[in-house]
Amino acid sequence: MTRFVLGRIGFCTLIAVLLAFFTIPLLWLVTAPFTSDPSYEVKVPDFTWDNFQAVVEHPYALPSLYNSLVLSVGTAVLVVLLAALAAYALSRVRLPGRDALLYALLLLSSIITGTAAMVPLFQLAVELNLIDSHLGLILILTGGLLPAAIFMLKDFMDSTPKSYEESARVFGASPLQIVRHVVVPLVRPGLATIGVWALANVWGNFLMPYLLLSDVEKQPAAVITYTLYTEGGQANLSMLSTFGLLYSIPVVLMYLFVSKKYGFRFHGGIKR
Amino acid sequence: MAAIELRGLTKVYPGGVKALDSLDLDIPDGEFFALLGPSGCGKTTLLRTIAGLETATGGAVVIGERDVTGVQPGGRDVAMVFQDYALFPHMDVTDNIAYPLRIKKVAKGARREKAEEVGARLGLDHLMDRRPGQLSGGQQQRVALARVMATQAQAFLFDEPLSNLDARLRLEARTFLKKLQRELGVTTVFVTHDQAEALAMADRMAVMEAGHIRQIGTPVEVFQRPANTFVAGFIGSTPMNLLDGAVRGDTLEVAGCKVAVPIAAEGRLTDGEKIVYGVRPEYMAYSAGPAEGVLSGKVAIVENLGASHLVTLDVNDVLVQAVVPEGSEPAVGDDGHALPRRDRALVYRDGELV
Repeated sequence: MTRFVLGRIGFCTLIAVLLAFFTIPLLWLVTAPFTSDPSYEVKVPDFTWDNFQAVVEHPYALPSLYNSLVLSVGTAVLVVLLAALAAYALSRVRLPGRDALLYALLLLSSIITGTAAMVPLFQLAVELNLIDSHLGLILILTGGLLPAAIFMLKDFMDSTPKSYEESARVFGASPLQIVRHVVVPLVRPGLATIGVWALANVWGNFLMPYLLLSDVEKQPAAVITYTLYTEGGQANLSMLSTFGLLYSIPVVLMYLFVSKKYGFRFHGGIKR
Repeated sequence: MAAIELRGLTKVYPGGVKALDSLDLDIPDGEFFALLGPSGCGKTTLLRTIAGLETATGGAVVIGERDVTGVQPGGRDVAMVFQDYALFPHMDVTDNIAYPLRIKKVAKGARREKAEEVGARLGLDHLMDRRPGQLSGGQQQRVALARVMATQAQAFLFDEPLSNLDARLRLEARTFLKKLQRELGVTTVFVTHDQAEALAMADRMAVMEAGHIRQIGTPVEVFQRPANTFVAGFIGSTPMNLLDGAVRGDTLEVAGCKVAVPIAAEGRLTDGEKIVYGVRPEYMAYSAGPAEGVLSGKVAIVENLGASHLVTLDVNDVLVQAVVPEGSEPAVGDDGHALPRRDRALVYRDGELV
């Protein structure tokens, strides 16, 4: 009995420590913006709006959030569109060496990370005149996310029975009609998953925009965060915490929305 | 409404598997035609080739005097019910039934009206707002039927239409389907692996094996006079007795017993040749006492079929089955004698009917 109680106490303590480890930074994130002079510790806030005032007055802070939105939405739309078409084709058309191609894509894209490819990508962007352009960055980010997106979506496509499409074909539907009327509605949870995944990925991406966008007016929030220092070279905690909170809210909202609508099912397909 | 003709239809899959081997078939206008065979015999491939979902390697598909061999499925004016019904799970019943009309660009109001009309005819009127996931198997099947009816196609193709229903519902659906086909009068081809289903529903049927058609005929013809031992073994809920034997003068020697030459084979046999003697258990008269021309042995097994019993006799180490009416079934170990009906027994030479 004592052993059991001691065991329970030990277990609960472990859980509590683990929880604290993850919760305290979050607590800091929600309290610090409302504190007049934030430090690294979690304090009871005095509910000032001065920090928000400072962020609003910062010349690049709010525009950078807009830039982040443009980049991530642009990339997500492109990734979903291209990945859906590619995954559908790869799932339905028998090509010699199809699986080898897919695995090679996935392998290469996961081994050759952004860090490893940053020099050639930078040179490529310079040659194509895509430096300092949102479009160029969107294209490069899309390229980086596509292999994994195609791979995940192909799984969704594979799990939808072919008879739905064949049925539509016999009724005379064209390939594009089949995709619009039948395939897209069936794999909608998959498309939503890929979209959210791409959006979150770009929203948090620091390296690529840092490399490819030198114009501070075009830089997204992830890069602007890096510039929030006081004149003395110290991290500006009141700005950082406030901006950090604003930066994380859209992602949390999006997660809640998608989770409610699609339940984040990763198994796709149809209930039968 | 249209007739379907197949001319030398061949389908070879990549990899060299010959699913259909130069098939010829004529299905007249308005006929209810069954393609029957064991799994892997090519019956579904044949149906899909008629629909255009598989492209023929050779030969021609002619529907209503129009060669559609190279035509896309949508241009063939046929409608198909799939084994899993393929009802779109994200559309309600009305939208599912109206989908073919949506492809044909019929106005929204008109196609809703048509869907309601067809749905009502199949008793679906109170289900029109439901999704397929909320329907029972039988209801899903009727929605799939309503959807092909809404197309007003020249011919209907059904792929195992009853196999997804449970046993009791299957009988009901069988009757329903046959009645519906008769009322609509649309040429209908259906695939099944269940010989009872084919016998019960079809006007005519083709029995297939390994890409070949082994017999075409009405259910009565196929049941009474199977053209070869494959069809003989495949048709009938209790399989036909197929016994090795030889011609001995004007009688046959089968399993060590002498039996009379069947009427159908009279005058066509030569003395001494090896044959296979075929007779259905239903066409055997069982008795406890011996008589001339009977197969005699010991009762090995008695199986209850409900209103009758299936008795298996061990005749000199050859198993022979006979159907015995209820009340007169023997006990295991009894001596038994089975007299084949001369007008129903058949003789096969090299697997083909004599």
